[in-house]
Amino acid sequence: MTSLITIENIEIKAGDKPILSVPRFELRQGEVLGVMGPNGAGKSTLLKTLALLAPPGRGSVFFQGQEVGDVLALEVRRKFAVALQQSLLLDTSVYHNIAIGLKLRNRSRKEIKEKVAYWLEVFKISHLSKKHAYHLSGGEAQRVNLARAMILEPEVLFLDEPFSALDFPTKVQLLKDMKQVVENTKTTTVFISHDLVEIKYFTQRLIILMDGEIKQSGPTAEVLSSPNEAAAGFIGEWSELLS
Amino acid sequence: MELLLQGLRKAIEMILSGDPVILEITWRTLKVSLTAIMISTLIGLPAGMMLGLIKFPGRKLILTLINIGMGLPPVVAGLWITLLLWRSGPLSDFELLYTPTAIIIAQTLVSLPIVTGLTATAFQQINEKLIMQIKALGATKIQLVLILLKESRLAILAGIIAGFGRVIAEVGAAMMVGGNISGETRILTTSIVMEVSKGNFDIALALSFILMTIAFLITFCLTYLQQRKRSQ
Ligand SMILES: Nc1ncnc2c1ncn2[C@@H]1O[C@H](COP(=O)(O)OP(=O)(O)O)[C@@H](O)[C@H]1O
Ligand SMILES: [Mg+2]
Repeated sequence: MTSLITIENIEIKAGDKPILSVPRFELRQGEVLGVMGPNGAGKSTLLKTLALLAPPGRGSVFFQGQEVGDVLALEVRRKFAVALQQSLLLDTSVYHNIAIGLKLRNRSRKEIKEKVAYWLEVFKISHLSKKHAYHLSGGEAQRVNLARAMILEPEVLFLDEPFSALDFPTKVQLLKDMKQVVENTKTTTVFISHDLVEIKYFTQRLIILMDGEIKQSGPTAEVLSSPNEAAAGFIGEWSELLS
Repeated sequence: MELLLQGLRKAIEMILSGDPVILEITWRTLKVSLTAIMISTLIGLPAGMMLGLIKFPGRKLILTLINIGMGLPPVVAGLWITLLLWRSGPLSDFELLYTPTAIIIAQTLVSLPIVTGLTATAFQQINEKLIMQIKALGATKIQLVLILLKESRLAILAGIIAGFGRVIAEVGAAMMVGGNISGETRILTTSIVMEVSKGNFDIALALSFILMTIAFLITFCLTYLQQRKRSQ
């Protein structure tokens, strides 16, 4: 598989404290990558670095083999989409929230209308189109958030714990729908989660991040069944809970 | 009570009869106050935005000074401007003292800290993750600023409304730097003070009704702008 995003020599610190230290990492075309690790491990920082939302320090980020500097940043960033744990919707209707990314790209009104209608349908929220975003339930808001990302038809989708604030039935339903969407669109995806079940269900490859370092990387099932020494503590506790 | 009714009757009479002096004073009041709040907004909005969003050394100090400025007594502002524009003052060449421009300067000085300070507060409160999310949606820097402005419109307009309230109510500075000259720098507040001192309570009341109407109408428009499309 070819590399879509590559990062090299990433050393991010807050003062003296190292937050992320990754000599080299490749995100492959078409994969659904899981990122697991304890709180404060640097998962969100890794996501921000890959998504060009935080400066890579002295390191480099390559997209399709080409180094992304300041000049290219916006252009490449527009090929990505991001959804975080908090839905962070704008103070407007569901329709306009989903349309925002296309509006920022100056797409035609007709195209926007068609695509919004399509993605409302996919995420089963057509009936909410006119509703104000502040009056949605947590699950509905997260659906809007994900539709707002998917409408951009991103080459890479970044998800930072998008389901972790949802109650169980809501989470399960959305997780199923989201897996379907990602499979149908064949979108390369980076998925951060605390939750072993989500990771197992959704991802093909998994990296374990601890103390800012990638401790293990491999096919999800393999990493979960035979964690190496460094990752064992973290995975082990999960397995214990599930056994 | 009778005095109030009399004043109201007088006000209606004066307005209906199109009393040229009243019209002129009202028009000048509107022109001066709206110009002042417009200048305050044009400067205070971008300044407040930068102060709220960008962290730089000295920012806290500036924010503190602005907060102090919000409580700046208009009379003090008037005094400073008078001293600056005075015959022997550093800006005397412009010959602005006792002109409507001087009143605009004074009113801008007292409303600018309010608009700037409240805008800065609004932007300081913006969730950093929201900024990141908007960038992630593909916004350019300018698009980001426009979205944030829209997101903060409630608080920003609150600042403008508060600033306008101060400007339209202000009398001490306008008196001092404008001089309440008939046909030149007389505005509603200064003429009310004058009429009261002359014992013309009916005219003073009439003027006060006009002043209140203007203040109410403009505040109403701003509030409408602030609150529209918030329902559902
Ligand atoms: N802006 C920041 N300034 C200082 N420290 C930060 C900042 N953002 C994150 N950190 C620190 O970096 C570490 C990693 O954060 P993060 O990437 O959010 O972890 P995770 O997403 O794995 O929980 C944490 O210890 C956090 O406290
Ligand atoms: Mg995180």
